Amino acid sequence: MSALSDQLVSIATLVYLLAMISHAVEYALGNSRARAVAAPSRELVGAAVGGAAASGTVADARDAAGDVATAGALAAGGTVGGAESGAGAPGRAERTAWRAELGGRIAVGLTAVAAALHLAALVTRGLAADRMPWGNMYEFVLTVSFIGVAAWLTVLVKWPFLRRLGLFLTLVMVLLVATAELVLYTPIVPLVPALNSYWFIVHVSTIVFASGLFLLGAVPAAAYLMRAGYEDGKRSFPYTLAKRLPAAAGLERLTFVLHAFSFPIFTFAVIAGAIWAEAAWGRPWGWDPKETWAFISWVVYAGYLHARATPSVKRNVTAWLAIFGFLTVMMNLFGVNIFFEGLHSYGGL
Amino acid sequence: MTAVDDRPATPAEAPRRRGNPLLALLRNSWRQLTSMRTALVLLFLLAVAAIPGSVLPQRGVNPEDVRDFYTANPDLAPVLDRIGAFDAFSSVWFSAIYLLLFTSLIGCITPRLRDHVRALRARPPAVPKRLARLPQHAVVPAPEGGAAAVAEALRRRRWRVAVRGDEVSAEKGYLKETGNLIFHTSMVLVLVGVALGSWYGWQGNRLLVAGPDGVFCNTRQQYAEVKLGPRVGDDLPRFCMQLNEFDARFLPNGQASSFNAKVTVDEDGGPPRPAEFSVNSPLRLDGANVHLLGHGYAPVIRYTDRFGRSQTSAVPFLTTGDIGLTGEGLAAFPDANVDPETGERNQDLQMAFSGLYLPTAPQEPPFVRSEHPTEQNPLLELIAYRGNLGLDAGIPGSIYQLDQRQLRNGRLTEIGVKQLRIGESWTLDDGTTVEFRGTERYIVLAVRHDPGMMLLLVSSIGLVLGLMGSLFVRRRRVFVRLLPAGPGDPDSGSPTGGSSLVEVAGLPRTEHPGFAAEFAQLVAVIGGGGRPDVADTDQGAPARSREGAE
Ligand code: HEM
Repeated sequence: MSALSDQLVSIATLVYLLAMISHAVEYALGNSRARAVAAPSRELVGAAVGGAAASGTVADARDAAGDVATAGALAAGGTVGGAESGAGAPGRAERTAWRAELGGRIAVGLTAVAAALHLAALVTRGLAADRMPWGNMYEFVLTVSFIGVAAWLTVLVKWPFLRRLGLFLTLVMVLLVATAELVLYTPIVPLVPALNSYWFIVHVSTIVFASGLFLLGAVPAAAYLMRAGYEDGKRSFPYTLAKRLPAAAGLERLTFVLHAFSFPIFTFAVIAGAIWAEAAWGRPWGWDPKETWAFISWVVYAGYLHARATPSVKRNVTAWLAIFGFLTVMMNLFGVNIFFEGLHSYGGL
Repeated sequence: MTAVDDRPATPAEAPRRRGNPLLALLRNSWRQLTSMRTALVLLFLLAVAAIPGSVLPQRGVNPEDVRDFYTANPDLAPVLDRIGAFDAFSSVWFSAIYLLLFTSLIGCITPRLRDHVRALRARPPAVPKRLARLPQHAVVPAPEGGAAAVAEALRRRRWRVAVRGDEVSAEKGYLKETGNLIFHTSMVLVLVGVALGSWYGWQGNRLLVAGPDGVFCNTRQQYAEVKLGPRVGDDLPRFCMQLNEFDARFLPNGQASSFNAKVTVDEDGGPPRPAEFSVNSPLRLDGANVHLLGHGYAPVIRYTDRFGRSQTSAVPFLTTGDIGLTGEGLAAFPDANVDPETGERNQDLQMAFSGLYLPTAPQEPPFVRSEHPTEQNPLLELIAYRGNLGLDAGIPGSIYQLDQRQLRNGRLTEIGVKQLRIGESWTLDDGTTVEFRGTERYIVLAVRHDPGMMLLLVSSIGLVLGLMGSLFVRRRRVFVRLLPAGPGDPDSGSPTGGSSLVEVAGLPRTEHPGFAAEFAQLVAVIGGGGRPDVADTDQGAPARSREGAE
């Protein structure tokens, strides 16, 4: 069972890699329809909705992508489209677009397959160990990344037009799962007694869940920064990547939705950890490096939510805060186990 | 984008008369401090200020690491220590940041609390003149029953409603601000809970060796390490405890799989009763919790001196951190070789044995590291010392380290090394003997009392619930105006007439992508005379509902 789990992880990594390649193909070929998304949707909505309400929400972008097949596309084409599918005949452009679409769909399918394999790997690992599969860093990273990809697929069902972000997501997945497999791998051992507690299960499952969502949230935050730059007319290197991304405003909103959703979960998870620590070590909080970095992440994300609720703070700044928050989460996941020694260093590294 | 205004706590407090400049400065600083931007900066500072505490060793986490750091960086360490870097989380700079943040927080929530109470008691605001300008807008046939029916339909959907003549205003989602206030107030309570714990709480650590000789009673003197809050008196809750049995299970690879400590406790005069506790389930006594932090072996060593007097001590050998539970310790017999007839003490004949205990010694030397935490091949290696231990008298085995000075100045000499199995004894050069009689288990206890814990728990619940309310509830308003019947005849108004129209408008006060859908449904209900089954027939103004169907 344990060997099966290991093999499933390897296969899942490969499939993520294939998904990433398909996304890259979609990216490279471009997609004439999606090219239309950005600019016009904002204006349409801006015009439709009076001053007060939000302009350019996720839903807008979707609507725009859906309806604005002709007129909007043409309008937008002036700024974005045109050039890149070459001056070829319309038929060729269409075929390219169709191929890009196909690449994207295959990529999503592959991601789903990889996620299923990933889940199977976790389940078999849990069965082999006869406990929840989050007893050491290897299992922890695998679980966090699975939550990330599962949440991503959920988001895709809701907002299919975000598909292009899949390139970033699969890249992150390949990196995380491969790191887990190559660097962090640990053979199965049961939990040490200190970890054998209900609160531990609650704590870790929610931390894992929240971290997975933060992981997912960092993707549109980074995409937003690039796209916003692109929409401001920047045409240098990282911004050009954003040419075919959904509208910046939609990405920004998605970032917020994901963070607003995961922040209370993370808060709960930290509290559950404190309750468990009280039972295990006699103190709810001891500024152990892991606890310290959880505190730092929490404060940074609280800062993000504050910043977003403060109109005078630029959205660029809030997006950076979200990314910064994610870096602190990563620091906790990898850095703390590697650099520091504390009560939490059961990590098995 | 949010409908939230930048809320410096005091809304546009126009500078009144030219007052005292000091007061003006104070008022200005206060306004600065309680602004959202300041809160943001302070939050960020707090995050940054927490980093050194994770990078540098901390006394509160691991005092030995701090000592090691001092040895490794003799020049840097005192400087860092002076700025509190080894107690980062109680340092002046860290405290300053969070105290400022909490001052800002209190200054921020108080006026909001007041405003919110006011808003809760006030009726929803009057219907604006030009409803068509609001983000959601629709005109539908008026329901039978007019304004009253509309109000009733809205109330049934838990809107807060105000009817003013032919106009109905309704608002929903007050829970958002309520949640937000609960969340921020809970933050303050968390801090209060922490403060209570550090003022009125206490904690002590000690080892407890199994058996009747190991009984400990809860007094300050009986702890190896004790920390009392400044407001704790001398009297700790009284209880005594004896470890009867410590059951530890291990896997073949040496990893622990379960622990269980069986003890007898008697609390403040009560009859002794058996109790058990383990790593994740502390023993909760009245006024103190006993936590199991560690465990190890205490070799029982008997020394028979030149007068034939024997002393036995079970000395807890501290584990060295390896998985095989290798232990290091020192058995000291300062009262050895006291002439029983004259009672004369010869300082230079005190005895001490330092050693290494391996529960499962390897088959071949070197015997430095145990292979498994269970006792499969127990081996005790002792180094014997004779001379002046540098302490006058004391309980056998109560010290953990030899006084190195005594060794250096030659007043204490090493007389030999020997490996002993259980039951073996070693006759020293002066004819005295030392015997390894077996081992007892010992456990490491942390005994704690924290009166702030309950408050911490309650406020943590408030934290999460408030946060959920704050982030998931959306505040929004709906306005309804009954229009006079007959579009061509604006003045002949029979508001309750069946043929009249009703104008409905909606305003999400916070970002709310689902609002258009909710609004459409409301319009259907109102337009359908309270029947929701016509939901899809009238979508209001389609162009506007673009604002975000989910
Ligand atoms: C102890 C430090 C603080 C923490 C951890 C904290 C945390 C948070 C969090 C997580 C939120 C997001 C929930 C929401 O959007 O409603 C929030 C919202 C908010 N906070 Fe704080 N806060 C702190 C201090 C302050 C201070 C000092 C102020 C006043 C200047 C303040 C004013 C607000 C306001 C007005 C909101 C509502 C924003 C909105 O409506 O979306 N907070 N806070």
